[in-house]
Amino acid sequence: MAEAQGLIEARDLVKVYGDKVAVDHLSFTVEPGRVTGFLGPNGAGKSTTMRLICGLDRPQSGTATIGGLTYAQLPRPLSTVGALLESRALHPGRSARNHLLFLAQTQGFPAQRVDEVLDLVGLREVARKRVGGFSLGMTQRLGIAAAMLGDPAVLLLDEPVNGLDPEGIRWVRTFMQTIAGEGRTVFVSSHLMSEMAVTADHLIVIGRGHLIAESSTQDFIQRSSERSVLVRTPQADRLATLIAGAGGTATPEAAATPANGGGAGADPRTPGLIVTGLEAPRIGELAASESIVLYELTPRLASLEEAFMELTADSVEYGDRASRAVRGAEPTPQPAGRSMP
Amino acid sequence: MTAAPAHAAPALTTHAGPSALGFGRLLRAEWTKITSVRSTLWSLFAFVVVAVGFSVLVSAVISHDWNAPGNHPNHARLLTDPTEVIFGTGFGLGQLAICVLGVMVITTEYSTGAIRASLLAVPKRIPMLAAKAVVWVVLDLIVSTITVFAVFFLSTAILRSHVDVTLGEPGVLKATIGGILYLGVLGLFALAVGGLVRHTAAGILIVLGMVLVVPPLVSLIPGTIANHIHGYLPTVAGALVAQTTQQSGDVLSGWQGFGVFCLWTAVLLAACGWLLVRRDA
Repeated sequence: MAEAQGLIEARDLVKVYGDKVAVDHLSFTVEPGRVTGFLGPNGAGKSTTMRLICGLDRPQSGTATIGGLTYAQLPRPLSTVGALLESRALHPGRSARNHLLFLAQTQGFPAQRVDEVLDLVGLREVARKRVGGFSLGMTQRLGIAAAMLGDPAVLLLDEPVNGLDPEGIRWVRTFMQTIAGEGRTVFVSSHLMSEMAVTADHLIVIGRGHLIAESSTQDFIQRSSERSVLVRTPQADRLATLIAGAGGTATPEAAATPANGGGAGADPRTPGLIVTGLEAPRIGELAASESIVLYELTPRLASLEEAFMELTADSVEYGDRASRAVRGAEPTPQPAGRSMP
Repeated sequence: MTAAPAHAAPALTTHAGPSALGFGRLLRAEWTKITSVRSTLWSLFAFVVVAVGFSVLVSAVISHDWNAPGNHPNHARLLTDPTEVIFGTGFGLGQLAICVLGVMVITTEYSTGAIRASLLAVPKRIPMLAAKAVVWVVLDLIVSTITVFAVFFLSTAILRSHVDVTLGEPGVLKATIGGILYLGVLGLFALAVGGLVRHTAAGILIVLGMVLVVPPLVSLIPGTIANHIHGYLPTVAGALVAQTTQQSGDVLSGWQGFGVFCLWTAVLLAACGWLLVRRDA
């Protein structure tokens, strides 16, 4: 498998459905040999982008290429790209084996290959059962079997763990990492930061069809996790003044939500301060210089999910649904804003 | 469900030849598709049962009532246009199953989402549609040929004691083969409509409307223009080829009518292909 064969390049992709801009001048590169996470809130344009890469939808402008070719130019597409798209792509009345068989026949693969991929995903025993009766987990496995039919250099997976039980999630994760370890390109979308943090080596983050960030997962977590320090002291007002004087920001713990850890270990008698902009040692020195007693001094990382929410806050497509419903308006999507960082 | 080992897929053991997406492969794939869903089996079963059942029933009733008192218009028509009497009722109803299956061959791909799997495998799209049309029309023609000849020989055997209709008589073989060809083109016509609307219920409604509803409505309009419009309607024109002899009111001859039907179908299939390439799947 040549390295260049697995390179996905999106250049200035634009896709508009009616008056809704789904993908707005999106450019990125997906490299072989690692799991690249495609992250964004629901409605950010992840599935649309995947469909544009696979040639199922036509972009208004821009190009998406795999190893320098558009999907339609690939000489034997399933040998280059295996795709598991979010929406079902199966006739429920057809058996798993016949579904894979017709796909294999289009490419000229031997029927024996169908049995190989059925073994790979553990569906051999139900191969002749109609897929309409399959559980979600089995359907996803069949989708992965279809994607692996051609031993492809590129694997596109759109929300592969959505709705799966923990066992299924673990299976998909291990599978993706194994596949990427063989030098293949794995491009996987998710709306869950926590899922991507444990699966992906590299991240492409989008919101409302725009690129928000493109970096390694580690860098992304480092950069987007806001550092803060929890301080508990009986002389909170004096310390807050000192912190402000030193360039930090202190907010009473009550203002923080339990979701970000603000409620953990809270002592009702000594309310805590959440300090940002100053490291823990500096806060300790400030307190010591004024002989302020500290009961607690805890450096904290904001949760990944919180960081992701903050980053994409402006780009959540349906976040405003409730307020719009109150006004009696149709919850139609707003035109994509240009307020992205 | 047991966990499968998440090892890598074994590499392909056999490598395909140089012509990456040969048309033969697409034909095999479409054959697998059409024969692996139950709607195909049931629709074709319904077609055979209705066509044979009603045709035999009509012949049996005519034979039974041959010497009964009263007017028998069928007796004269058995001499002038025997295929109309033999095929008319059974295939008039049976053809509806061909219409339904022709639509469903393509619309179920859209309703189930299987179209996405199909187009991921054949992204150029037109060869997929062409292979689908070829496989469907071949299946349609095979089943139609068997059914039409079965009906012909069963019905003529039942009527033999009263009137002897054979394939050797003028126009009878042409009309019989014409009936088979009509059923083949009708299948493609339905497929083209299904591919245009991409919705099972809407597709079936339009095709059945064109077969059952529109022709009698148009024929209600007085005047020669309406008569010509009626004569050029796809299934009205197409069915002319299944007549043994030209009828007085016909605007077109049998083969002209069949040509008109083929033209309608070709235009719709071309539109279907044009839209298939341009529309998002």
